[in-house]
Amino acid sequence: MHYVIVGNSIASVGCIESIRKIDQTGTISVIGDEPHPCYSRPLISYLLENKTTEEKMTYRNDAFYEQNNVKLMLGKRVQAINTETKQLSIDDGSLVDYDKLLIATGSCPFIPPMKNLESVKNRFTFMTLDDAKNLEKVLTKESRVLIIGAGLIGLKCAEGIRDRVKTITVVDLASRVLVSILDEAGSSLVEKKLISEGITCILGDSVKEFVNSDALLTSGRVVGFDVLVLAVGVRPNVSLVKEAGGEVNRAILIDETCQTSLADVYAAGDCSESIDCITNERKVLAILPNAYMQGETAGRNMAGEDAFFDKAMAMNAIGFFGLHVITAGIYQGSDKLFTTESGYKRLFVQDGKLVGYILIGDTINRAGIYTSLVRNKTDLATIDFDLISEEPLLMAFAKKERAHKLGDAQ
Amino acid sequence: MKRVYVNEQWCLGCHLCEYYCAYANSGQESMVKALKDRTINPRIKVEEKNGISFAVNCRHCNEPLCVKSCIAGALSQVDGLIVIDASKCVGCYSCIMACPYGALMPNEEGVMQKCELCTTNTHGKPACVQGCPNKAIVFEER
Repeated sequence: MHYVIVGNSIASVGCIESIRKIDQTGTISVIGDEPHPCYSRPLISYLLENKTTEEKMTYRNDAFYEQNNVKLMLGKRVQAINTETKQLSIDDGSLVDYDKLLIATGSCPFIPPMKNLESVKNRFTFMTLDDAKNLEKVLTKESRVLIIGAGLIGLKCAEGIRDRVKTITVVDLASRVLVSILDEAGSSLVEKKLISEGITCILGDSVKEFVNSDALLTSGRVVGFDVLVLAVGVRPNVSLVKEAGGEVNRAILIDETCQTSLADVYAAGDCSESIDCITNERKVLAILPNAYMQGETAGRNMAGEDAFFDKAMAMNAIGFFGLHVITAGIYQGSDKLFTTESGYKRLFVQDGKLVGYILIGDTINRAGIYTSLVRNKTDLATIDFDLISEEPLLMAFAKKERAHKLGDAQ
Repeated sequence: MKRVYVNEQWCLGCHLCEYYCAYANSGQESMVKALKDRTINPRIKVEEKNGISFAVNCRHCNEPLCVKSCIAGALSQVDGLIVIDASKCVGCYSCIMACPYGALMPNEEGVMQKCELCTTNTHGKPACVQGCPNKAIVFEER
């Protein structure tokens, strides 16, 4: 059996680890376009913040590929999948045969058209280790940095480089920060934190044109800058599967076994679109835990087991300058709000189930107990919901369920 | 694999397990030095309400959601034991988001800590079990 994985990030590692639990002898080849062993992309802002190092950023230990008997082909790009001959064409002219294939190609930065963008010399995206290193090279204590995008990537970048530069201005078309994961109150709290840390946020605005070292905004405001970071959004890398005739919507469509519409071709992670277990709608749930678990599920199926991943849902844990935010699920139904000293907790209940939550500041402890209620679609009538709303406690479960949770845990 | 289990009906709610945990993971030889005048931050925590009490620590899940959610690769499963490499942890709190037992918490440096069954400190076997006066906490295979 020859397993081939295109992409060398989290889903790829999940796939390798699950295959090797089942099949120790089949060959595994990993083709990745970055010249690095698997590292954690979300750590690039921590690298610039000196909270980690390039060595520590590696997602698994140095012996990982050797121990799992993986043939690594780095710095190479796959150009096409031939599903008839079950071969991949690589950009070095070679062909690679596969029996089972995983596409874990992730996503790439989306850059909207902006007038004179190409005239900006110090222009960066912020997704990969090389992006971070390239950005680092130009940063000085005198740098005025303009970040386009007040989402997770743009704001983590701002945090990561704050102490290295003179000023940071974040511009976003949305009227508030982190619009994809927070409600208005949450956005407002995070924005206040950013402002108190010296970051300028210009919201509900966009760049009309770049003129020399100025960005002219639609509102008429002018922002002078030396370094530009583009963090507007990402686009799933779908072309390999699309061109091979596989079904693609915004991302590559996968079923609960993580298989695409093509025989023996699986997909996982940020390039894939799966069913959100809360809404039962198709969604790109581009978060790291889903990438790992989809890769893992794909691997198990590729190695001959019958595995399902039907627990994909949105969830994010993120912090800015010590203000922590944890969110999960969807923000629909009736809500319960608890305001605290440094933040708040908002729980969303629909059809007798917890479907989502937002925790900010001092409300984040033991958040996973809430996540488990969302993930397991626990009937809130079976637990002491008033108690668990106040504080995430296992005490809120019935004695029998508690005994099962704690006593039978495997 | 042997794990720490808590028999709720025997728990006195005395919190000694928390103190033994804090001591075992303090790196101090003397229990007095480790605990006197300090706010402890143990890896096992007692829940109590209305006369019911029980301790909660890491379940060392066979399918660990914390490991699969860790963005830094700091958590791993070694022979069934879930361990953390604190030097890799950046304190993103993804594991707090993921763990259904609420069994991970930040340490004094802001990175995560968790029960490693006293295999990574000098005690060698779970101190909470040794310190439980009513044998409510046991270390056994189930």
